[in-house]
Amino acid sequence: MTNMKSIFTGLVLMVLAALIISFEGCSPKKDTKGPSLSGDEASKVYVEPGKYDEFYYFISGGFSGQVAAYGIPSGRLLRVIPVYAVNPENGYGYTEETKPMLMTSYGSIPWDDSHHAELSQTDGVPDGKWLFINGNNTPRVARIDLATFRTVEILEVPNSAGNHSSPFTTPNSDYIVAGTRFSLPIQNKDVPISSYKENFKGALSFIKVDKTTGNMGVDFQIITPPFDYDLSHSGKGPSDGWFFFSCYNSEQAFTLLEVNASQKDKDFVLAINYRKVADFIAQGKGTMMKSRFAHNVFDEKTQTATTNWIEEVKTINAADLKGMMYYIPCPKSPHGADVDPTGEYIVAGGKLAAVIPVYSFTKMIKAIEGNQTDGEIDGIPVLKYEACLSGEVQNPGLGPLHTEFDGKGFAYTSAFVSSEVVKWNVETKEVVDRIPAYYSIGHLTIPGGDSKKPWGKYLLAMNKITKDRYLPTGPELTQSAQLIDISGDKMKLLSDFPTIGEPHYAQAIPAELITKNQVRIYKLAENMNPFAIKSPKEGRIERKDGAVHVYLGAIRSHFTPDNLEGITVGETVYFHMTNLEQDWDIPHGFAVMGNQNSEMLIMPGETCTLKWVPDRAGIFPMYCTDFCSALHQEMQGYIRVSEKGANVPLTATGGN
Amino acid sequence: MILFFAALLLAGMYFTPIWEILLDAPQYPERLGMKIHIDGISGDLNTINGLNHYIGMKVIEPDSIFELKIMPYILGFLILFGLVTAVTGKRMLLYLWFALLVIAGIAGGIDFYLWEYDYGHNIDPNAIIKVPGMNYQPPLIGSKQLLNFTAHSLPDIGAYFAFIAGALALYVIIREWKSSTKKV
Repeated sequence: MTNMKSIFTGLVLMVLAALIISFEGCSPKKDTKGPSLSGDEASKVYVEPGKYDEFYYFISGGFSGQVAAYGIPSGRLLRVIPVYAVNPENGYGYTEETKPMLMTSYGSIPWDDSHHAELSQTDGVPDGKWLFINGNNTPRVARIDLATFRTVEILEVPNSAGNHSSPFTTPNSDYIVAGTRFSLPIQNKDVPISSYKENFKGALSFIKVDKTTGNMGVDFQIITPPFDYDLSHSGKGPSDGWFFFSCYNSEQAFTLLEVNASQKDKDFVLAINYRKVADFIAQGKGTMMKSRFAHNVFDEKTQTATTNWIEEVKTINAADLKGMMYYIPCPKSPHGADVDPTGEYIVAGGKLAAVIPVYSFTKMIKAIEGNQTDGEIDGIPVLKYEACLSGEVQNPGLGPLHTEFDGKGFAYTSAFVSSEVVKWNVETKEVVDRIPAYYSIGHLTIPGGDSKKPWGKYLLAMNKITKDRYLPTGPELTQSAQLIDISGDKMKLLSDFPTIGEPHYAQAIPAELITKNQVRIYKLAENMNPFAIKSPKEGRIERKDGAVHVYLGAIRSHFTPDNLEGITVGETVYFHMTNLEQDWDIPHGFAVMGNQNSEMLIMPGETCTLKWVPDRAGIFPMYCTDFCSALHQEMQGYIRVSEKGANVPLTATGGN
Repeated sequence: MILFFAALLLAGMYFTPIWEILLDAPQYPERLGMKIHIDGISGDLNTINGLNHYIGMKVIEPDSIFELKIMPYILGFLILFGLVTAVTGKRMLLYLWFALLVIAGIAGGIDFYLWEYDYGHNIDPNAIIKVPGMNYQPPLIGSKQLLNFTAHSLPDIGAYFAFIAGALALYVIIREWKSSTKKV
């Protein structure tokens, strides 16, 4: 019996083992890393040493508050431009010249969430002059000068919160927009959150940009129903003069939006005839509302930023703009609102939608003229969905977010949930190709892909999840971008590379449109910084209005002066250092031991000022932090700090 | 007619650089250079002066170079002389003019050499970089390695104007000489 039993048990075990083995064998292999590339992909992204990339890609840093400039196709990081984030690496936000850039009505803020890069345009085509980028958290827009790759202007946006649908441009960059993602009580007030429907409003700001100086100012704000205005794009060609904003949360939820703002089958795209609104405003319509917000401008002549306080803003209620604004129903929680190169089609990406709606501008105008409406919201007519629709892209992937165009009749939509890029024909709405993204793609960028003239050669997928793409770096990983060749019928993955922060969007442009305007040095003769010195002979130390001012000249490889005495504990000391070089790529740096401040880097011909309040007596070395020459290590000096009331005369010696 | 043209060619030297010094080094892929004009020096003078301070070379200050002040007048005289020669057609004047051109050229070369010698040898004893036995005199014409720099010294457009003017004068002399010997 025991024998039989053990034989039986043995048989059962054998069968089980066999089952397990066969199961193991059948377990489907999962290909997560994509096809191994075997063709000529490597040569397509290989840029020979010393050669230039074909395109600049400006990739937003998201929560890093910066923008990164990459060379494409190589994917080489060229420069990180600080915008909303302080940058101790070069002193941005720490030097006296740049501190005002980060001023807001809440005081100085060392950070923001920079989402959408937008190149300035001329005739609907990127012109390489400026790059705009929004600050999402404390609503702001910034302008970067692409001749110097420096942030030269930051404008705060009042009555706004979560400045997300920003800073999209008109075809001639006479306006950029700032649409609020969080609705708020206008002139922010203390109200119960549950009074959302009555007290909260959206605000869409139209910011005028001066053609020559680039200076920005809020021209007017449209006060709208309290939806979440997510993304936007201006019309072009036939639709020039219109702006399209996607909006979700038409449910007007104020808690658990994940569920409560996902109830309706349709949210909206808001179409605004902003030219008409601007004319209306120009006729004196709208009201000036008291407000207070910061306008920070970096003057390239004095190399100094100043904050101007703006005390009022022109607002107008959407209900007063009869015939200028229309809601177009849009399948579920749209993200992108993208206009094709011809300006005829408006594509919205409904995050939770099963189709991508493609609206026809011509049909929209007919629907307006034919009064094909379905009621109104707070005085804004709602057009009939079908009346505006050119067609729907069927089976576009799950979670379609954002669409760009190649200028050859095709659109490319990122699908977050199904983690892929979907290529479809704009006229026929047929999906013609799809390619996986690794993993969970957010935005995508084709050079000029949202303009009248895309350079449809590459597509960059910017992904939200990185996982196993690169060597692991602990729990916190870099973000990942993939470069896709779109020059042929089939999309082809070329390479992937890590990116800074969390890219939310990028813009790209042929390199020569940027390189031709590059500044190499600041001309010393044109340096109007009030603290500049033009030769080492002017180096000196002075006590003025209770502070010590040190005028330093830096030239390879010494400071003039380099021995300072007579400073006392607790005094405020300003080091005004001028880099007297006039040669390309010879920056000097400056740092002082124990300074509770950053260092600063000074470019040839530039003057920067670093503050120091010594808290103890002693000898403090200062030195050049940027390896400037063979004798860089000798570029140093000493500062003597004496106790308060000490009788050491204020002197500056050394150097030449 | 040819002499008239030759004299006018010399006038081109007012508008074009005469000589050029080029400096190549690994960290200057864009190449540094300075051009010597009849009345001054242009180019990357500040950068070159900045680099020269390492080896203790004097600062090159065009304002302190006396020759650059008088050369425009010497050139004016030569042009005028040439024009007078062309108009009068006197053979003696032609010989004299050609001789003056040659002398001016040689004198200019010697002067340039002396300046180069002075800059290259008259080095600050407290120079940052001292290489025993090294002098930094650039070549009169041609190329020479000076530490990490290769210095090239070359005639520029103005010099070619002068060469052509001289050659034309010589051509006329030879032609005249041949035709006169035939007559004999």
